[in-house]
Amino acid sequence: MKVAFYPGCVSKGACPELYVSAKAIAEPLGLELKELTEAPCTGAGVLSEQNPQLGDALNGLTLAMAESEGADLMTICSTCQGVLSNHNYHLKQDKERMDRANATLADQGFQYGGTTKVKHLLWMLFEDIGIDRVTAAIKRKLTGLKIAPFYGCYILRPEESLGLKERPERKTYLERLIALLGAEPVEYRGATKCCGFPMLTFNREKALAMGGNHIVEAKEKGADLLVTPCPLCHLNLDGQQPDAARVLKKDIGVPIFHLPQLLGLAFGMDPSELRLDHHVVPTKGALEKVELKV
Amino acid sequence: MQFTIEVGRYSPDGTYAESAVPGAPFPAPWDRSPARRYQTYTVDLPEHAVVLDALIAIREYQDQSLAVRCACRSAICGSCAMWINGHSHLACKSKLSAFTKDGKTRVESPPSMPIIRDLVCDMKPFWDKHLAVKPWLQNKQPVPPPNEEYRVSNASMEELIQEVSCISCSACLMDCESFAVNPDFLGPQALAQAYRYAGDPRDAETKERLAEYSKPGGIWDCTHCYECVTQCPKGVAPLDQILKLRKMAVDAGFTNNAGTRHADAFAESVRESGRLNELTLMPKSVGFFNIVEQIKTLPSAFNLIRAGKLPPLIHKKIPGVNRIKTIFERVGGRFK
Repeated sequence: MKVAFYPGCVSKGACPELYVSAKAIAEPLGLELKELTEAPCTGAGVLSEQNPQLGDALNGLTLAMAESEGADLMTICSTCQGVLSNHNYHLKQDKERMDRANATLADQGFQYGGTTKVKHLLWMLFEDIGIDRVTAAIKRKLTGLKIAPFYGCYILRPEESLGLKERPERKTYLERLIALLGAEPVEYRGATKCCGFPMLTFNREKALAMGGNHIVEAKEKGADLLVTPCPLCHLNLDGQQPDAARVLKKDIGVPIFHLPQLLGLAFGMDPSELRLDHHVVPTKGALEKVELKV
Repeated sequence: MQFTIEVGRYSPDGTYAESAVPGAPFPAPWDRSPARRYQTYTVDLPEHAVVLDALIAIREYQDQSLAVRCACRSAICGSCAMWINGHSHLACKSKLSAFTKDGKTRVESPPSMPIIRDLVCDMKPFWDKHLAVKPWLQNKQPVPPPNEEYRVSNASMEELIQEVSCISCSACLMDCESFAVNPDFLGPQALAQAYRYAGDPRDAETKERLAEYSKPGGIWDCTHCYECVTQCPKGVAPLDQILKLRKMAVDAGFTNNAGTRHADAFAESVRESGRLNELTLMPKSVGFFNIVEQIKTLPSAFNLIRAGKLPPLIHKKIPGVNRIKTIFERVGGRFK
């Protein structure tokens, strides 16, 4: 299945392990990735909040690029998913906004016709690729691991533009996937909460406490690791975890896996091939539980 | 129809029924209420019953010691906001059947608020924040002559209908992530009301308001998680109003803050390269001369480098970046 692949800035910047692992799992899932190399950053909501028209034009361009590929747009980042879904929803609903975005894009080679579907890899697993195909690709059950899901706000809220009113089951995919891969999903409140990353530059200590609290809660409920479909959550939960531990005066030490890394492990790939050795919080302990080394 | 309700009980004098069992459900540092006990009741109600029907049935027919705050039972008065299955909702607007999970529904006072008794939390933090934003019009001079009114356009009031719909139930604050870790944060309800007055053409103190709301604890301390938008039972969408205030504040010149620096640095990076430059975003947002804050970010930076997660030192532009520059120029405004 061909998809217009939108890797997002972070997977090509501070989280290269996400890009590498997403590419690695494409083949076993039967995905043909047509990367949108000329697509701009979504603006992560930061640009849209000060200038909605700029957000419409930048994201309208990306949506138009996917449209011209004749494929659904696949994201691997909850934040990209949220921002692209949001602009897609409003552009489709509001002819005035669509016309203005297309006027801004005039003679730049792309016009958006409003037909693109934006789908995170997590959604595609259940809605397009299918459980049967995912199950068939599993070579190593992750039995014995207790895994806490961490969704990231923008793949859950606001519900209208993400299509969650029509498809409420999207709020349960991570838990279902964890179980499908043979591990045990940990039920805890933090799963759907904010990692704190958007506040990191404004209010560092509170942002660290916010993310840290969720990991502590998951750990107290027995989690060996957290899995997230959002690299920005990953930056705060993994990259800043030692600092969060200092702020909370607690020992944390819980590794955070990207969604494609978890899939790759279950598909029998080597941990270092998935760059599980490039994390701030070591993944060794969790991997040893499924008799793997990194 | 039989429904099972697990009710979080708290008694300031420490007296509980024997059937009330201890529970430490959310052991987070932000839990501002003391340990509760949980008591399970079974009620027989029609399929269409709401959570409040069950609580009233328990209080009237099973256990008159249960404290519940409610009045209108019609999602108008805003009295019965509480945690239902770990999120804030109006008990009178939440159907029991929709909230039954694993055979039961769990209700309790939200742990981010101080507790008075059982399901009755102390609303003082909420009202303190509400008052702090001066939720009243500060008159323009001259005031109209006696028996006359300020005249405003319909369009300017339509813009404020969403915020006027607030019933002060506190559902948004009870689930606010920023408030959970930062008690000084004004919170979604107060800031939505702040926009209701800052955005009113009859208000004379808009600039002073924006200066006040831009301070620590104000608009830039929101973490942008959309919980308030999801939980508000009246469609106020507090986050959307906070974002409008941010734009108003920046347009009015209140730009000496990390929030504005962050947005400017973000825009510059996307305009010039088509993508985010993570390497320069943090120092530019914090402010190059803010040495204390810069130093605080160093340990994390070293951790990232050690893990091989440092973004490329030479920031690459995306192919076709001129197209992006053209878009910025055509849209115009602050980021041009």
